[in-house]
Amino acid sequence: MSALLEARGVCKYFGGLKAVESVDMTVNKGDIFGIIGPNGAGKTTFFNICSGIYQPTKGEILLDGEKISGLPSEQIAGRGMARTFQNIQLFRYMSVLDNVKIGFHNRTKTRLGDAIFHDKRYKQDEEFVVEKGLEILEKVGLLEFKDTLAGNLAYGVQRKVEIARALALDPKILLLDEPAAGMNPLETQSLMEFIKQLNADGYTIAVIEHDMKFVMNSCNRILVLNFGQKICEGTPDEVKSNQQVHEAYFGKGIIAGEAVKGNG
Amino acid sequence: MRDFITKSKALYQKHKIWFNIAILVILVVLPLFIRQSYLMGVLCRILLYATLAGSLNAINGYSGQTCIGHAGFFCIGAYCEAILATRLGLSFWLALPIAGIVTAIFGGIIALPTLKMKGIYLSIVTLGFSEIVRLVALNWEGLTGGPMGIKGIPVPKVFGMQFSGSHTYYYIFLAIAVLFIFVTGRVIRSRVGRAWISIREDQLAAKSLGVQTSHYKSMNFMYGAFWAGIAGAAYAPYVRFIDSTMFTLDEGFNILSMVIIGGQGTLVGPVAGSVIVNLLTELLRPVGQWRMVAYGLLIIVMMWWRPQGLVGASDSILSGNTGKKRLSRKAKKGVSA
Repeated sequence: MSALLEARGVCKYFGGLKAVESVDMTVNKGDIFGIIGPNGAGKTTFFNICSGIYQPTKGEILLDGEKISGLPSEQIAGRGMARTFQNIQLFRYMSVLDNVKIGFHNRTKTRLGDAIFHDKRYKQDEEFVVEKGLEILEKVGLLEFKDTLAGNLAYGVQRKVEIARALALDPKILLLDEPAAGMNPLETQSLMEFIKQLNADGYTIAVIEHDMKFVMNSCNRILVLNFGQKICEGTPDEVKSNQQVHEAYFGKGIIAGEAVKGNG
Repeated sequence: MRDFITKSKALYQKHKIWFNIAILVILVVLPLFIRQSYLMGVLCRILLYATLAGSLNAINGYSGQTCIGHAGFFCIGAYCEAILATRLGLSFWLALPIAGIVTAIFGGIIALPTLKMKGIYLSIVTLGFSEIVRLVALNWEGLTGGPMGIKGIPVPKVFGMQFSGSHTYYYIFLAIAVLFIFVTGRVIRSRVGRAWISIREDQLAAKSLGVQTSHYKSMNFMYGAFWAGIAGAAYAPYVRFIDSTMFTLDEGFNILSMVIIGGQGTLVGPVAGSVIVNLLTELLRPVGQWRMVAYGLLIIVMMWWRPQGLVGASDSILSGNTGKKRLSRKAKKGVSA
């Protein structure tokens, strides 16, 4: 077990607002790592720091032992981190296959000149992109939609396209931001199977999710954030029995009688 | 009607090569059947503006940046060729690519400070750039002849044949337009073109997939500027006299209106736009200045009924109402915490 993604004392302040306050995290190779917390706990902000959309105010992020904080997000993507977004950010007016093709951007090398003269490199790249793209779509089960515009697809399918697009990067780690948001229980169930399958195929996955059944059943380690601070990190069982987690989700001081008195 | 369009599109796709060859052959033999040089002049303008509007479309339509100062690039290309040909006596065939490259460099320079800008801010910068170029051309008398312009630009020659007059010059414009469409078609369907389109669609997602957006945006600007420069360089020896009044903001808006009317983000759109706007200009000549009113009305009506342009697909990003109905969930921009 070696650490793949590490956060060391990461802070992010927006003016006076401490969105993320000295969070440490270790995601090991092969994990499905869950990040949970109440709304506004700073989960997405933390993901945005990891993927380079925000720069941390303090602290550093390491991917495979190398410091990646401070790099722009396109370079972090090049180093093997792929992500999806909470509010789906697909290329809506491109076909599903074209969406996936863009995921191969860093793995192909065609330049302007190659494209104009249709030389060997262009042909190799296009062949590679189409072949691998269809392979990924088949794996994700989207082959039938390959020529559909991404924006025309159903919500749950769009989520899958986003994951497929991220897989095209051949990432070391996949960050999924609320992949089950807005899905019905049946869709969530199939997504859970899918994520487990990806993990079995060797992908390390970090996932932000609100669906507790999903998190407790599929993740092997969980980080809990509240008001930007880490309150717990451990296995699902450790998290379930943690007092601070209970307080964050349910509030404190609910001892028989007191709550009633307070209301009365 | 819709059925007919889809059927003819399918037929075109099926025999694409033959259709293209047929269209090309018709365009090549066309001058043999037209006597009036007036009509040839119109055809020349259509081809010239097809390239210009196309190069603007490469920027506006594909990478989604709004450049409205395209006349500036046109101006640089034209002056570059004119200066090289009259001062240094350079041949047209050498001056043409040089003018294109010089314009592309200017495109790169203008792209640098604008990389972080979007939408209206970028538009204002390009607008200002266009005006600066025009004013420099007007006032730098030593280089550009100032208000006197540059006279007597030598016409291109090849194997003793002179390209003067619209009957022969037509072929130069045709060659450039065909080359432009061919090359752009290839670029758009490659990794580079996909990167441009991904920037138009969602810059944040493009970045998170490893597309170096700054690099591709400046490349896109340079590409568009290059072809505008080529068009300008081809235009200078055609009119044989250029001055700064030919490259005003009106000219920029004229090119922009062709792109909008034809359809942004399509290869055929700017060509269709060029045909329509140029024909309209000729048809409305008798009513004089009133034709500006007709233009204005046309753009308003287009924006209302077909915001995606005449040949734009109804499912393209610009297709107003129908598109919204089909794509009801608009993606929210930006990152939420």
